[in-house]
Amino acid sequence: MTLPHSHDAPVALALRGIDKRYGNVQALSAATLEVRPGTVHALLGENGAGKSTLMRIAYGLERADAGTLLVWNDRVRVTSPAEAIAQGIGMVHQHFTLVPAMTVAENIALGGKGRLDLAHVARRVDELSTLTGFALDPNARVEALPVGAQQRVEIAKALMHAARILILDEPTAVLAPNESTELLRWVRVYADAGNAAVLITHKLREALGVADEVTVLRRGRTVLTAQRDEVTSDALTSAMIGEELLSARPRSIGKVSRSRSSVEVVFRADRLTLSDTTGIVRLRDATFEINAGEIVGIAAVEGNGQRELLRALAGRLGPTSGVLAHPPAVGFVPEDRHHDAVLLNRSLSENVALRGAGARRGMIDWDAVSAQTERLMLEYDVRAESANLAMRALSGGNQQKLVLARELALESSSEQALVVENATRGLDVRATAEIHARLRTAAQNGAAIVLYSSDIDEVLLLATRAFVVFDRSVRELPLDRERIGQAMVGAT
Amino acid sequence: MKRGAHTRTSRRASVAWELAQAGVVLLAIVGTTALLLAAGGYAVDSGLAALWRGSMGSWYAFTSATLVRAIPLMLTGVSVAIAFRAGVLNIGAEGQLLAGAAAAAAVALSLDGLPAVSVIVFALAASALGGAGWASIAAFLRARFGVLEVISTIMLNFIALHAVSYLVRGPLQEPTHVYPQSSTIGDAIHLPRIAGAGRLHIGLLLAVGASVVAGWVLRRTAAGFRLIAAGESPSAATSAGGIDVMITTTLTFFVSGALAGLAGGVEVLGVTFALYENISPGYGYTAIAVALLARLDPWRVAATALLFGGLEAGAGAMQRDAGVPSTLVTVIEAALILAVVAVGALRRRSSVPDAATGPIAA
Repeated sequence: MTLPHSHDAPVALALRGIDKRYGNVQALSAATLEVRPGTVHALLGENGAGKSTLMRIAYGLERADAGTLLVWNDRVRVTSPAEAIAQGIGMVHQHFTLVPAMTVAENIALGGKGRLDLAHVARRVDELSTLTGFALDPNARVEALPVGAQQRVEIAKALMHAARILILDEPTAVLAPNESTELLRWVRVYADAGNAAVLITHKLREALGVADEVTVLRRGRTVLTAQRDEVTSDALTSAMIGEELLSARPRSIGKVSRSRSSVEVVFRADRLTLSDTTGIVRLRDATFEINAGEIVGIAAVEGNGQRELLRALAGRLGPTSGVLAHPPAVGFVPEDRHHDAVLLNRSLSENVALRGAGARRGMIDWDAVSAQTERLMLEYDVRAESANLAMRALSGGNQQKLVLARELALESSSEQALVVENATRGLDVRATAEIHARLRTAAQNGAAIVLYSSDIDEVLLLATRAFVVFDRSVRELPLDRERIGQAMVGAT
Repeated sequence: MKRGAHTRTSRRASVAWELAQAGVVLLAIVGTTALLLAAGGYAVDSGLAALWRGSMGSWYAFTSATLVRAIPLMLTGVSVAIAFRAGVLNIGAEGQLLAGAAAAAAVALSLDGLPAVSVIVFALAASALGGAGWASIAAFLRARFGVLEVISTIMLNFIALHAVSYLVRGPLQEPTHVYPQSSTIGDAIHLPRIAGAGRLHIGLLLAVGASVVAGWVLRRTAAGFRLIAAGESPSAATSAGGIDVMITTTLTFFVSGALAGLAGGVEVLGVTFALYENISPGYGYTAIAVALLARLDPWRVAATALLFGGLEAGAGAMQRDAGVPSTLVTVIEAALILAVVAVGALRRRSSVPDAATGPIAA
């Protein structure tokens, strides 16, 4: 690890030796970031590397356990966003903090002090528009604005408070490509005026395109700090995913043996294009086939179209154009179990009956459902006293096992198809191992499984094939951690 | 819910549990009433005696006062219960009841001359359609524009009240144009009375039937399960169940409105025999209390409607015989609801799901 700046060089923002622990997870250990005036500083790292935590500490949203914070060379204490704002720090969150029903001027006036003079705010918005080239209409309602314009309102909000250090958390994740280019160009101009910008990102191309300096976090530690010219995209990738892991990963443990003689295609996509609920295209022209007995691992960074791809494969989202052939009943284990998969206040039996309830007619034989539930509980080792217990009473691991059991419970196992999304998130080691074993067994019995995990190691552990979704396109890659890692951040 | 794996002993245990709960509720009523009477400076013994006399003290009081009031409460109570179970917060039973009453009166008066049975059937059908139609305004606003039904239905209650007020001074006013009410419906078109039970009419069978069928649909049918799932978690119902939540909730809204409308039709044909402004003493609002006390289970609604019918009947007697304002009973009803909500909050932490547990009373 090299830190190129001596401590007496001018810094706009410096975080030194930051520790942060949540329960028994060490989110940051001695993390360091130094941002010089007049620069754009890219903060890179995988999901969960600690980028957002570090910046939340700088903005006063979290308190560090140890370490120091310097703003314009002065050691300061920042314990709330209000104090951060007073120090001239602004932050644009990935999920906007705007009030949709209010106008641009009203949103920008929020958080101000004393008398509310909207006319004055509107004039200031106009001045800011001229200054930044943002073309903001102070009287437009925020909910009527496209995402890119909403983001400019967020930035204007920070600039209203005279922010000279601007932290942008994954700012391009929500933007269309041309909007991204525009935003990054603006960030450049902002920094050139003597300000400092921190760009949290996991897109290498973006970091290399706009940043002057780069810091890489891995598992809560600063592993690399360098001038943009000093690093290659390969070096950054290895820093992000960790060189020691590149070659050492066991490859053959428990892999599904593909002994079937005839290949049976279960999913077939031909020039498949998908849009999200707001009509924005999230996946373009994907063509692939997935066969019975395969576990296709999907590797992608948040917001690259995998969410829509998974829902389309699960039959929950229709194609915008192109063709997607899938079996009539595809099991789906969604990421947000409590929200999308279970009825927490209903019994286990009722939760099993939930699958296919939309198409069921006539009466429900609850005795049969109970018997089926008890069978599934036995088979999948779901620990609960009875099928009449409320779902809420079960541990997360047992809930997930029952959901998996329900989604795999089809009449004929050769017809099985399953889409799983971060199936082991939040589960303990034991439950995770059990879920993994179930998935492998299902594939060995002929099910076609599509598995997305934000943990690339889980993808590599289970997958027989790997797809990387990046920037709205799907690409198949060999099961190679380094190549997949690079493709995920668009480094190839 | 008594489902499959339940053994006979656990069935018996849960019946005992239900009875114990009912006993606690009755004790709470007596205790609260006594407390309120004492606090208000009234004679506790004569007040309680009047409450008993007016509701359960005689066969006449039980049938002609308590049961007659329990009928509209049962129908509107089931209406509210199924709506709330589906996550539809229909506060508009009162307005739907009025719409049903107006429709029944209009049909009964205009079809005078047809065979009596067919007029009764048409009038009751019209009341159900009227209630469903009135609810469909709020259902449409909810489905199309996302207007909160809590607000739209309560507003539609006022509109219905004033619409009835207009009808009985305009198109439906009696021929002499003196009284703000409709003509009286001919004797032949009255709902038949139940022999030996005073003013009690066969609307009771409709009300009990509605409670039994609604409870059965929720417990045993796929449609009822979809309703529960949609109310419990619209996102899980959609994603995991493939349930069209919009259709499920909209249909439930219609049925809920139809039941409340039917309550209005039954009132007109069985009790008032004419349409006038104050035809409902707030049955549609009391129905919310009836449904919540029943923890949104249509079967239990039959019992809680009986209880509230008795309370309302007894309130009249307390006022007449003991000089206690009948609003005291409203306070008791409100106190009961608070108790139910509090108990529900405790139950929510327990792990046993309950048939009647819904989004509000849960």
